[in-house]
Amino acid sequence: MNWQAEVLLGGAACGTALRLDEPVSFWGGISPTTSEVVLAGHPQHGERIAGSILVLPRPIGSSSSASIILELLYRELGPRAMILGTPDAILPIGVLVARQMGWNTIPVLVMDAPPFRSGDELRILDDGTIECGI
Amino acid sequence: MKLSEQERGVLSGATGTVGERMAMEIVVESARMMGADRLVPIVSGHIDGCLYHGDAGVLFCERLAEEGARVTVPATTNVASLNLRKADQVTLPGPQREMAYRLMEAHRRMGCAPTWTCAPYQMPTRPAMGQQVAWGESNAVAFANTVLGARTNRYGDFLDLACAIAGRAPYYGLHCMENRTARLSFDLSGLPDPLLREDAFFAVLGALVGRIAGDAVSVVSGIPTPVREDQLKSFCAAAAATGAVALTHIAGITPEAPDTAAALHGRAPEETVPVTRDLIVDARDRLSLAGSGPVDCVALGSPHFSGDECRAVLGLAAGREFVVPVYICLGRHIFDGLQADGTCEALQALGVEFVVDTCVVVTAILPPRPGVMMTNSAKFAYYAHGNTGYMPVFGTLSDCIRSAQAGEVVRDREIWG
Repeated sequence: MNWQAEVLLGGAACGTALRLDEPVSFWGGISPTTSEVVLAGHPQHGERIAGSILVLPRPIGSSSSASIILELLYRELGPRAMILGTPDAILPIGVLVARQMGWNTIPVLVMDAPPFRSGDELRILDDGTIECGI
Repeated sequence: MKLSEQERGVLSGATGTVGERMAMEIVVESARMMGADRLVPIVSGHIDGCLYHGDAGVLFCERLAEEGARVTVPATTNVASLNLRKADQVTLPGPQREMAYRLMEAHRRMGCAPTWTCAPYQMPTRPAMGQQVAWGESNAVAFANTVLGARTNRYGDFLDLACAIAGRAPYYGLHCMENRTARLSFDLSGLPDPLLREDAFFAVLGALVGRIAGDAVSVVSGIPTPVREDQLKSFCAAAAATGAVALTHIAGITPEAPDTAAALHGRAPEETVPVTRDLIVDARDRLSLAGSGPVDCVALGSPHFSGDECRAVLGLAAGREFVVPVYICLGRHIFDGLQADGTCEALQALGVEFVVDTCVVVTAILPPRPGVMMTNSAKFAYYAHGNTGYMPVFGTLSDCIRSAQAGEVVRDREIWG
């Protein structure tokens, strides 16, 4: 099945979805050295976001979150793409800065109530099309 | 998006340095992502990217500086990871210390004023009502909008710096008058007047408003005047910590809200919250993870303490020494003033340890063992456990001083009615 998302930052990617069921501030919530979810009590506590297609139904734009995603991309521990449930400029800015520095860059998309669950196989195309279950 | 000729020139690289182009690209891309149709000139910046989170951010700021990026509006710097006045206070390991210093230097090279404070509104020059600014640091954002009537969104790392270099910000959100309408209303008429004048009440009220309002604009009605800026500072910091609050109209105090109706822009609120004593007591108790027993340290100054607050500590201590460390975090400009008038020396004699340029919750200063931290700051209380492992106990400034003298939690319940 195909879905259409709005492209915040373009690119193509494929991989396995990791859905963060509760909001998490990247600053203080995700380890910049291991990519692990470290927020105590979070449903995905202990999981690593590296290499996933990260689904964030409710992104929290903590002011230092851009630094953390930048650090993850610099260390090649970033996700392969991010799908946000609401527009947010903070995480994409970390990705944009990585692109300016010539480091890994990833697509960032936004769509209402992204339906993807952890474990779904997703393919993201340049135009924001998301293919699920291939 | 409508860009001016000058903005397009910088963005395309036709004019300006590579660093200026990088900054303009960040500003314009953010504007596009948030649906803004143009940029707005700003009069100042406050840069929240000075804390060391990893090497990548340092390398980026150094690249900007090398490529000729310079701030084009007055820009202050937020807290850093080091105390440059007392190098051994922060116990970061050598390589991290070096990178933290390089990050500070990169900001200095880009022309930022090296203030290293989370309370830039305590500096002599500050924006006026209606002026557009791009400030980072959540408490400073809330203070700028709520107390000064300036207009800023909550800027995060890199975008605040990019805006100060470009001299412009994406025109959306709280930069636009129509988005500054209060949607929620907090009614304080059921609370006793003496409570409404307590310093600690403002921190607790802020924590309550933040938790209920989230990122919504609200109006608080019933705060009696006169109110002191340090009280408003506590309120704003708390609301911006427990919620993503960037603007709360305080009727009669916020410059654009002479009364509640003005804050609501003549409309009815979506919801009115009658603030009861029970709500306040519950919000107060949520700020503590411990309740009694030994105290290992007292942490003051989130946001950075003012001169008045430091002198209040001296008055409350009444010459009795502290038996546990009392950390006062503050900006170097306030510290310099206290050195000049002798307050600094008197407080140090009682056992105060001053923390300049940074604070005890964002870098490695506290002894690395689990303990109990007493504080009058809702923001410290909110972040203490996650960032330092210490268990917070919230109290009034007087409670904090008495606890520091007793070595155990001493709290006066009377003031809460």
